[in-house]
Amino acid sequence: MLRLPNERARPSFGRPPPTQETPPADGVFRPALVNGVTLGSIYGLIAIGYTMVYGIVGMINFAHGDVFMIGAFLSLIVFLALTSIGITFVPLALLLVLFVAMALTALYGWTVERVAYRPLRGSFRLAPLISAIGMSIFLQNYAQVTQGARFKPLPPVVTGGHKFGAVDGFGVNISNVQIIIVLLTVALMVAFTLIVSRTNLGRAQRACEQDRKMAALLGVDVDRTISLTFVMGAALASVAGLMYLLYYGVVDFYIGFVAGVKAFTAAVLGGIGSLPGAMIGGLLIGLIETFWSAYFSVEYKDVAAFSILIIVLIFLPSGLLGRPEVEKV
Amino acid sequence: MTTPPADAPKLPDDTLLRVEHLTMRFGGLTAVDDVSFDVKRGDITALIGPNGAGKTTVFNCVTGFYKPTVGRLTLNGAGGRGWLLERLRDHQISRLAGVARTFQNIRLFGGMTALENLLVAQHAPLMKASGMTVLGVLGLGGFNKAEAAAIEKAKAWLERIGLIDRADDPAADLPYGDQRRLEIARAMCTDPVLLCLDEPAAGLNPRESGDLNALLRSIRKEDGVAVLLIEHDMSVVMEISDHVVVLDYGKKISDGTPQAVREDPKVIAAYLGVEDEEVEAVEREIEGAQA
Repeated sequence: MLRLPNERARPSFGRPPPTQETPPADGVFRPALVNGVTLGSIYGLIAIGYTMVYGIVGMINFAHGDVFMIGAFLSLIVFLALTSIGITFVPLALLLVLFVAMALTALYGWTVERVAYRPLRGSFRLAPLISAIGMSIFLQNYAQVTQGARFKPLPPVVTGGHKFGAVDGFGVNISNVQIIIVLLTVALMVAFTLIVSRTNLGRAQRACEQDRKMAALLGVDVDRTISLTFVMGAALASVAGLMYLLYYGVVDFYIGFVAGVKAFTAAVLGGIGSLPGAMIGGLLIGLIETFWSAYFSVEYKDVAAFSILIIVLIFLPSGLLGRPEVEKV
Repeated sequence: MTTPPADAPKLPDDTLLRVEHLTMRFGGLTAVDDVSFDVKRGDITALIGPNGAGKTTVFNCVTGFYKPTVGRLTLNGAGGRGWLLERLRDHQISRLAGVARTFQNIRLFGGMTALENLLVAQHAPLMKASGMTVLGVLGLGGFNKAEAAAIEKAKAWLERIGLIDRADDPAADLPYGDQRRLEIARAMCTDPVLLCLDEPAAGLNPRESGDLNALLRSIRKEDGVAVLLIEHDMSVVMEISDHVVVLDYGKKISDGTPQAVREDPKVIAAYLGVEDEEVEAVEREIEGAQA
């Protein structure tokens, strides 16, 4: 793998990205809203991977955050490769990066399932969980060893923005990156909801979710269905990785951990196993974080997000949209 | 895909399934002990016996739920292709060999609609037609046609079991008797050659039970599918089956036409709970009465 150049700035979820100009003094509400929706979109896309895998296999894929990190790295590498062969037309480059990174990250997702989880299926419940933690550490170290521990920058690719509702300076600036992120997220979520609710594969996924053995007896190849679920989750995570890269402009080997924990929180908050729940949970976590940062303190934004999670789980143990656990026959 | 093993024995054309020396042990418990029987093509074969006789274990072996400890299960598939069921993976038993089953406790996909339940059963051919979903999403490669055909078939079955009006209701909301018939229809949607039913009449009222008998007869007659069923309700067994196999304590004690089995002293002894030593006495008594 080619080694990427380094960067000094430290990115952080929730903070305005370094590439963005500081918001004008027209209050913090609207910028926080826009930033929250953007951040929430990224969380939501990652959360879908957690929730789909949990629904079908009943395990938490702790390596999923690191698959997101791999997706971000692959996006950066493909970007630089495209630039080096002279493709600089931004929309084309973005589209190519999107597809190539999705395909490659999907391959990672498939491989992770194949080597780390499938051999343990039918083992005791904690085995795949431990294996997932191991896989997560492995992927982090793999990225660290091959790419180095420092931050890797991407020169701003999508620049500029729009000012909406500008009356006497009281408008809101939305950067083009944010517009791309939100639109792409909406498109992907619609597409994946349709796949799960309308297609043959989605039917098989829902059948496996309810009764894996019965689905197998009806001729559904359960192993393949699970593999494809991991592939779909990884593809979505890679899109989130690309968005992160565009938004913050830097990646390092550790971004998967924080993003993974937040997205997992989002999935639990929305009701794990529920697709719309993951989206709503992601959006909520993003908004809570940015609003807390805007009105209270940046340092305590994670405390706020996780406190809300605890409160929701005390009163709604199965999450916002989750169904209460039904006794399986 | 698994090719049929070279050592799959050639069965006579009219024999669909041959169970040979089937033994299943769970630790020290022998649930099924050296059971052999044949299922003829187009027959309704009933597997009966007192509780705990090992009927469901035999079923679980035939349908791939368990791998038998000892024994060979040969299915005489389409075109004379032999399949050794104990060597197939669970989804291949339905897909390649054409064995479908239902459960004693209903296992429908409760959260999915009645129609979707029947479509899941047609997953394998649809997956092929949709080119692993990719072509399907793009609407290419004849997928739409295959999907339409699958829906057509599912609707035909809903019509047949009288549930067409409830096609879009979640399966869990249907009444018990309807769920039973839906489960049979779902099994039939996999295009089986052998349909295994585990106590299909359990918990049904007499009218529903009558509907079920009619459905099973029509499956045998119109679809030419052989049925292997476990049943406690003797009126159902005697009325519809062509061939009865009786198990007791994991062993086969009788095998023949319903009439022959009904008069078999061993069967009577097993059902009436006669001590082993008394079986011969009972046999003599019956012989004496017949003479």
